[in-house]
Amino acid sequence: MNTIRSALTIVWKDMIAEWRTKEMFSSMFVFILLVIVIFKFSFDLRVSNATLLVPGILWAALTFAGTLQLGRAASLEVEDAHIDGLLLAPVPRSAIYVGKALGNLVFMSITELIMLPIFSALFNLNLFRPLILLAVLLGTVGFASVGTLLSTMAAHSRAREVMLPVLLFPIVLPVVIAAVKLTAGVLDGGVWQELAVWVRFLIAFDVVFLVISLMTFRFVVEG
Amino acid sequence: MMKSIWKAGPLLWLSALTMIAALCLVFLYAPTERTMGDVQKIFYFHVSSAWVGFFAFFVTFVAGIVYLRTKKRLWDIAGHAASEIGVVFTAMAVLTGSIWAKPTWNAWYPWEQEPRLILISILLLIYFAYHMLRAFLRDPEQRARFAAVYGIVAFTGVPLTFMSIRWWQSLHPVVFESESSGLTPVMLWTFLFCLLTFTILFFVLLIQRCRLSILTDQAEDLKRRVLH
Repeated sequence: MNTIRSALTIVWKDMIAEWRTKEMFSSMFVFILLVIVIFKFSFDLRVSNATLLVPGILWAALTFAGTLQLGRAASLEVEDAHIDGLLLAPVPRSAIYVGKALGNLVFMSITELIMLPIFSALFNLNLFRPLILLAVLLGTVGFASVGTLLSTMAAHSRAREVMLPVLLFPIVLPVVIAAVKLTAGVLDGGVWQELAVWVRFLIAFDVVFLVISLMTFRFVVEG
Repeated sequence: MMKSIWKAGPLLWLSALTMIAALCLVFLYAPTERTMGDVQKIFYFHVSSAWVGFFAFFVTFVAGIVYLRTKKRLWDIAGHAASEIGVVFTAMAVLTGSIWAKPTWNAWYPWEQEPRLILISILLLIYFAYHMLRAFLRDPEQRARFAAVYGIVAFTGVPLTFMSIRWWQSLHPVVFESESSGLTPVMLWTFLFCLLTFTILFFVLLIQRCRLSILTDQAEDLKRRVLH
């Protein structure tokens, strides 16, 4: 109970910080538009039916935007040693992890809610289908859970901007592949029996990533 | 004390002998496969390399857990050494697989049809990232801690790669199966002997690499004592 309340307090703190600056969302919005436009035009030149590429483009955009967001959130904590202040608070380390991961999840979900209508409009496709939303949610949970751990590690290293994608991309690739497969399956009109395997795969990876990150986070922040 | 524990002497000789025996078994004793011919012989080294790669990453995983619990430098050294050996042997599995794939599947790297090839590429990238992480951290204690954590997270890719051919239809045959492996008994024994040989080689390399790190540590220590 205490852990959950502490975690929610940390989420609330990050939300207020973001609300006051509005740095993250304004930059994310522009970034996503850029990614979509770049993909759209680079593929339109060669591919006759760009809608076939939507699952791939969607997840590439989500991965890039998510990585930027994770990197920004982690470097805000490590710069000026904010995380040390957080570590002095009388809360368990797991609460700090849960708070940070939940915060990242909320921020990424809001970005995605901005992104999906733009995608739907520009590619003339309805992406607001239950299974696609489920894919986005499960993919984001996996991304945020292990991303919170790895971005904290990357923020402590030299060349942190390069380090985070190098550490994170290969680890989350199975999740991204499953999410792309699920999204593509829904767009192709696949039935639940065919798609359930990817949902199970995503859930399994989310659980594994969450458990490992929860158990190892304290070793990353204490030093 | 250091010398007596860390000399791989007897194991080194055992490794050399078993390696020669394995070569003899593969090329002289094991029968030639009917459809693929001589090229099938690469199977013994391909699967053994892949096994050592996976096993090495498992050692890194276990060493990471033990390091985080005990904070003993030796476990960091062991994890690092094992991951290096793992990368080399996984790359060897990819290379031998490519050589084998060209005549049998008619492509060097048909990863459109083969999830395992994608996953093994990802696995190699993960452990490249592991070494980059180590290179980009200055403080040895922090480096050991982060590497241990990343070694644990990275291991999620190994069971996935191993199980991929069972979960998705693919070109790879399933070798480790309870009922039949599609091998004749002679082939199976040769194969198991190759696995043993490569495992012994792994331990020889692991001990040598750990010894090298320990000696480097001692040299650094001596240097510091002389200079200050």
